[in-house]
Amino acid sequence: MIANLGFGFLFIAFLISLYAIATASYGIRTRSSVFTESARIAAEVEFPLISLSVVILLGLMLSSQFQYTYVFRVISQDMPLLLKITALWGGQSGSLLFWVWLLSGVTAASFMWGKTKQMKQLTPWVVIVTMTILAFFLFMVLFLENPFERIWITTAGQVVTSFIQPAGTYPVFPSAGIGLNPLLRNLGMVLHPPMLYLGFVTFLIPFAYALASLITGKSDSQWLQVTHGWSLAGWIFLSAGLVLGSRWSYDVLGWGGYWSWDPVEIAALMPWLTATAFLHSVILEERRDLFKRWNYVLALLTFCLVILGTFLTRSGVLSSVHAFSESSIGPVFFVLIGLILVVSLGLLLWRWNQLAGSGELGSVFSRESFFLFNNILFICIFLICLTGVLFPIISEVFTGQQVTVGAQWYKSTTGPLFGLLLILMAIVPLSVWGASTVKGLGKTLWKPAAVSLLIPLVLFLFGLRSWEGILGFWLGGSALCILGFDLLRTVGARSHALHEPFLAACFRLIVGNHRRYGGYLVHLGIVLMALGIIGMEFFQVQTQVTLNKGTPVSFKQFSLQFEGLNTLTLANSNEITEAQIVVNQSDGKFFTLSPQVENYPKLSQSVTIPAVRSTLAGDVYIVLVDWQPFSTSSATFRVYYNPLVAWLWIGAVVLILGGLFAFWPANPKAVSEQKP
Amino acid sequence: MKPLQSFSRKVYSIVIAISILIEVMAVAVNSVSAQAQPTPSDDQVNVVASQIYCPVCQNITLDVCGTAACAQWRESIHEKLAQGETPAQIKNYFVQQYGDRVLAVPPRTGLNWLLYLLPAFILLAALILSVQFIHSHRVTPANSVSEVDEPTKEDRHE
Repeated sequence: MIANLGFGFLFIAFLISLYAIATASYGIRTRSSVFTESARIAAEVEFPLISLSVVILLGLMLSSQFQYTYVFRVISQDMPLLLKITALWGGQSGSLLFWVWLLSGVTAASFMWGKTKQMKQLTPWVVIVTMTILAFFLFMVLFLENPFERIWITTAGQVVTSFIQPAGTYPVFPSAGIGLNPLLRNLGMVLHPPMLYLGFVTFLIPFAYALASLITGKSDSQWLQVTHGWSLAGWIFLSAGLVLGSRWSYDVLGWGGYWSWDPVEIAALMPWLTATAFLHSVILEERRDLFKRWNYVLALLTFCLVILGTFLTRSGVLSSVHAFSESSIGPVFFVLIGLILVVSLGLLLWRWNQLAGSGELGSVFSRESFFLFNNILFICIFLICLTGVLFPIISEVFTGQQVTVGAQWYKSTTGPLFGLLLILMAIVPLSVWGASTVKGLGKTLWKPAAVSLLIPLVLFLFGLRSWEGILGFWLGGSALCILGFDLLRTVGARSHALHEPFLAACFRLIVGNHRRYGGYLVHLGIVLMALGIIGMEFFQVQTQVTLNKGTPVSFKQFSLQFEGLNTLTLANSNEITEAQIVVNQSDGKFFTLSPQVENYPKLSQSVTIPAVRSTLAGDVYIVLVDWQPFSTSSATFRVYYNPLVAWLWIGAVVLILGGLFAFWPANPKAVSEQKP
Repeated sequence: MKPLQSFSRKVYSIVIAISILIEVMAVAVNSVSAQAQPTPSDDQVNVVASQIYCPVCQNITLDVCGTAACAQWRESIHEKLAQGETPAQIKNYFVQQYGDRVLAVPPRTGLNWLLYLLPAFILLAALILSVQFIHSHRVTPANSVSEVDEPTKEDRHE
């Protein structure tokens, strides 16, 4: 009964979305603000309605109502409360409902706290776009992936799932559920999907305003000003989602890495790449009236990629084209992507001539040119990623041959481009807008560049011989030197002009210009992340070794001593096998690591939990690979030394903080004080 | 006749002796070559396994795949290395058994060339477009230069 109510709220939400589309359309036709206002309120009502449905599903999950298919699949009674809540996005239909809920929340927030008064002309079109997308997803949740479906059994003993009781069946009340996939029973998975989904759905707002702006022909930069905060928020959420996903991979999957260039990962990376390009190109339109058309393209493309990514991961098309044809939501997603692409492209072509900006590039060495190169690099990386993700599908469709595009291909094709981005990141802070010459640029660049040359020199003297590693560290170090140099130079200029103490000038400068220095903090985060990535890519050491009790084995500067192995059987019949390894360091200190394998016999699945000792210099990462069931005197381990990987996570935190700092509105007083 | 018989007997004995010598040498060489193929270490197996994708799982290489099937395939790599097969031969074996999908990158044949040519084409197109954009939007350096950025309206989220 309560599930019917949950379904009912969703159905009403679906009808209201159609009502909002119809009313907004009528409001546009009759130029009636009453209808537009009604449509806007209808769009805001969606969130509480869908929230009720989410609460009902959560209630069914927390009270272990196993007669409902979704609850049966993702809940088991031994799961702790937090995981039972997490299970809301741990399965297909629940995660789709969660997606819809976040989508409705972001849409409602954009109307409630957005600048709709300034954008009266656009509002009805924004309602139409957002509600059309919402209606599509609600349709999928209601009719194709309904989380409120029940389990029934026919008189012949066949189990069927349906929302409405099929003729000749009677309900089933299982006493236990299967439970969440063990791989998802981790803190990283608790936070990763909500962040990623929030990032995805937030890009609906720039997309909707871009489309509305194209439809109405109101092609000034106002839509960018209104949606800038949303784009930045979406980027922050998406970045956090990607980082949390990487951390989950590092902590749970036990393969010694954090990013495997899996198509599911790349599907989330692609909108991040275009969104990052967008955040940079917006600055060009604001400052130089350049890239007007391009900003529309990026706003539309980013949301198209969000839908494409969701389609790729949900439809099963990545595993096989046949899985796609068998998927219930695949074809609907395909229609949605087609519709979004056709409408976006059609409107862009229709308004193309009106969108020409009047700005000009000062010179090839001006900051606007470097922003252009930055955008080109991001788009090239995106297109290469898209090629890699789509190629196996294309190959299967045209030749019937399934192929894999592995990490090796992505690294060799995108690696140099990421390196070029680091170079650009280093140069841009010292470049200037407008007229700029190579001589002028060289004059400001040479000091920090000369200092940065010490980095490869010192690394070489300390025995580093990997030229890729030295180059990577040098590029990252150069960016860091230049960021520091630029900050000192600007603070010094302010301190001198306003006769302020140096620290006060620094504080006021940064506080008064959140966006610029938030961006600097993001760049600092990227450099720190690059340190971790270079460490892992070029200097990771690994070995597989069988350790016997009492026989230490050397690995790098460590000595590994196997102490024993215990297997614990839990009340739910799950087994945890844990090994103890004492790791002796060269300085005489030691620490113990306990890698585990969790075995879930009911699910016929095992999860390898690596043991990690993390320091700023590197992580010792041990995975329990194999052992004899009746002997605890030896076991086989895979041991990794991951140099500098901690900087990847530190850099990620700095990057998110930088994004938040840039997002936070600056104090106008501080801004006015800043002007000399 | 006797000297002839004696000669032929000698020749026969020499031939037998040479045959035995050759046989012994062959056995010795074989045993030496067998000794040159020591039992491959787990790391050697993993180096080959890391270049082969699991034929049944999604995007995971054999060296880190935790399924029982992958453990068997690793064992199979171990046996083949012990028999003296090269990594290339082992990869070929897996391709023959399970198709091109086990390779980390598709072979450079037919439609697969698209995968190798497209990135170069993308970069070339990007280069041409940027040159074109710069050419059409470049002005004589007359614009003012601002050393320090001032905050825009958006900084204040107005």
